[in-house]
Amino acid sequence: MFEYTIFLCVILFFFIFQLFSTHEKMSRKTAVLQQCCPRANFISVEHLRFLQALITWKSVISLLRPLLLDVVPTIQQTAALALGRLAYFNDDLAEAVVKEDILPQLVCSLSEQNRFYKKAAAFVLRAVGKHSPQLAQAIVECGALEALVICLEDFDPGVKEGAAWALGYIARHNSELSQAVVDAGAVPLLVLCIQEPEIALKRIAASTLSDISKHSPELAQTVVDAGAIAYLAQMILNPDAKLKCQVLSALSQIAKHSVDLAELVVEAEIFPVVLTCMKDSDEYVKKNGATLIREIAKHSPELSQFIVNAGGVAAVIDCIGSCKGTVRLPGIMMLGYVAAHSENLSMAVIVSKGIPPLCTCLLEEHEDHIKAAAAWALGQIGRHTPEHARAVAETNVLGTLLSMYMDIRSSEDLQLKAKRALKNILQKCTYLPALEPLLHDAPPNIMKHIVGQFSKVLPHDSKARRLFVTSGGLKKVQEIKAEPGSLLQEYINTINNCYPEEVVRYYSPGYSEMLLERVENYQPVL
Amino acid sequence: MAALVRLETRLSRLREEYFLKNRSVDEDRKIVYKAAVKIQSWFRGCRVRAYLRYLNKMAISIQKWWRGYQSRRYFRKMIKTAYFIMKMNFYNEMAVRIQKRWRGYYVRKYTHNYYALKKYLEAISLNNEIVRNELQEYAEMNEKKKKKKDLEKKEKEKKYKARKMHYLLSTEQIAGIYNSPFRKFPDPMELLLRQSKPLSHRQQQPKSPFTYDLYDWPTCKRPPAFPTGEPLPPIGRQKPQGPFRDAAEVLRQRYKPLEPTLRVAASISSPLEKAREEMKREEWRKCIHDNEFLPFSSYHKNEKYELSIHASEKIGKETYGIKHFREVQPNKWIAGKNSCIS
Repeated sequence: MFEYTIFLCVILFFFIFQLFSTHEKMSRKTAVLQQCCPRANFISVEHLRFLQALITWKSVISLLRPLLLDVVPTIQQTAALALGRLAYFNDDLAEAVVKEDILPQLVCSLSEQNRFYKKAAAFVLRAVGKHSPQLAQAIVECGALEALVICLEDFDPGVKEGAAWALGYIARHNSELSQAVVDAGAVPLLVLCIQEPEIALKRIAASTLSDISKHSPELAQTVVDAGAIAYLAQMILNPDAKLKCQVLSALSQIAKHSVDLAELVVEAEIFPVVLTCMKDSDEYVKKNGATLIREIAKHSPELSQFIVNAGGVAAVIDCIGSCKGTVRLPGIMMLGYVAAHSENLSMAVIVSKGIPPLCTCLLEEHEDHIKAAAAWALGQIGRHTPEHARAVAETNVLGTLLSMYMDIRSSEDLQLKAKRALKNILQKCTYLPALEPLLHDAPPNIMKHIVGQFSKVLPHDSKARRLFVTSGGLKKVQEIKAEPGSLLQEYINTINNCYPEEVVRYYSPGYSEMLLERVENYQPVL
Repeated sequence: MAALVRLETRLSRLREEYFLKNRSVDEDRKIVYKAAVKIQSWFRGCRVRAYLRYLNKMAISIQKWWRGYQSRRYFRKMIKTAYFIMKMNFYNEMAVRIQKRWRGYYVRKYTHNYYALKKYLEAISLNNEIVRNELQEYAEMNEKKKKKKDLEKKEKEKKYKARKMHYLLSTEQIAGIYNSPFRKFPDPMELLLRQSKPLSHRQQQPKSPFTYDLYDWPTCKRPPAFPTGEPLPPIGRQKPQGPFRDAAEVLRQRYKPLEPTLRVAASISSPLEKAREEMKREEWRKCIHDNEFLPFSSYHKNEKYELSIHASEKIGKETYGIKHFREVQPNKWIAGKNSCIS
């Protein structure tokens, strides 16, 4: 009898595992299919097979339930593992697990059984909790949090890891669930887990702390009060890339909420160590490092000043230059935030050669949101004084911004940001060679600013006037039709007043016809 | 009497004359009276008018004087205020000049210090260069480490492979595959094979079906095993007679290791005493001489004159071994000088 149950269990497990490798492929395939043809009304063969498999697996769950109460501990563990795998891949199956009342059983036995069972049970809870907030709420309601927190005090690091992972997945969804996790007393134990020597445990504990603190400032304050920042700051030096990712993400989630929290994070002496993360070979470490610096820089000019003094701007600029894609985005936003605070900081960004990487981003990237961020950052850099605007305009990026604004295919966000950036830069730009190409293509609302700038500079600079005429700018200005009394007309009048009347008449449209008419009407004096 | 007659003749005319006279006088009187009254009234009028004129003149004079006084006062006040305003304007202007200079100086020195800003920006560029260099070095170091690790791994793999395939080594008669006779020199793999020691046969661990999933957790070192208690006893052993206790139990009991309590395990003397003894030993070791250090004031009082070595010994050579050899104590001798025992 004993051997028979073992045999059955082993066979069942093999079966489950084999089918799971194909199940995994199937679920991935259907996910890809759903992405590619969202409006496809046909049900593919794989879809049908997938649905059939789903129905059979739901009945398997009810079969597995009594096995959880078996005498032999290995069967219990294997059954729990099987349940976990089932629940992991599909949320319907996870709901079925919840409906079959398996969770209270698991929770009871979590406190009693040996460590392998605890690991498997924690895996089941994690698999159920990851899919949606309702399922996570169901887990919280059956009292799993206290049991998981007790597991966090266990000696075996694998049990701690499983418990911490499950808590992390539960806390990820929204702030009420996070608050429930915190109320169960998980945070001090997680901080203890971070200090353990096992790397995997550290990773999971850091990721859980990050998930808890990301929702609200009070939760972040709770995490900080448990003394997490010092340990997290020490772990930045660890060579493991995934650990660094999680630690940086946790610190950035803490720092993002308020100035005080950001100052606390900075006081833990993360600079200049964080800058070494920007040179890491792993892309996500670079991204998370840039995110952390961004979250700190955005709060106040003093923090930005501190980062600039520590050489953070140079590191971020190098990072932007070396990466491609969404990895660049936090770095771009960080430059924008730093430049937005004050003109000295903006000048510091310019001096650190920040503008060329931003221009290349604007030109090279395919995603609209990255381009929008780059446009916004350029606008923030150039909007302070004519010096800044000149520095931005000298790179000939105004034309790119204009084309992005005019392009129909760019998203609304991109158009809006490009327009605002262009306006901000143009209102301070006195560098005429950069403005002239824009005269030819700009729409009326931008044209008003360009002509306005010309009207401010031309009355005082004779060389610029000459250049304006020879480059064809005066001709273009005459061709602009503006309503009388509008601002644009006033600017045009100001420009026309800078030149003698003959010149203006010469360049106005239809002058050649007018001359020919005069020739026709002329009565020669005989 | 003639006068009387004349009077009587005039008498009849007297009454008329009288009456006429009176009447004329009366009328004259009236006229005169009226004239007198007129004259008087006119005079009185003149007088009064003169008086009134006089009063008027006086009143005018007073009013004139008073108004002049008031206006002068007012004028003085006006002048004072105008002067005051002029003064204040002047002061304001001077204050503005001072403030202008001061504000320009202050702003140029502290708020928008151009040179400080320039220096700051230069310093930032320098700092950025330094940071960039350091980061570059760090990145290079990391890369080197990684390359080294990769190289080492490859080397290790190659060596392991060579050890596993040691049988491919070439012999005198048969050239191995890495040592083809058409080559000028053997393949490096051949050299590696020559250097490597063959692997010993090791029992392959049976792969249990639970290895992959529970081993996925990096912290889990051992797979779950079936509950194995003690190994079963050998078959055919004679069961010991009697209700004896199990042999294993007895052996365990007999060879149970000593588990002393902490109090027993610690030495008798408490750590405090031990520390004290240690300290004393240290001090004794460090001490150069045992003489008490006396303060200088009472030094000469407790001074003991110590003889030097030269003075405390006899002058001349040591007599022991030359003049006499053994120690002699004559008062202990039992017999006399001439006895044979001495």
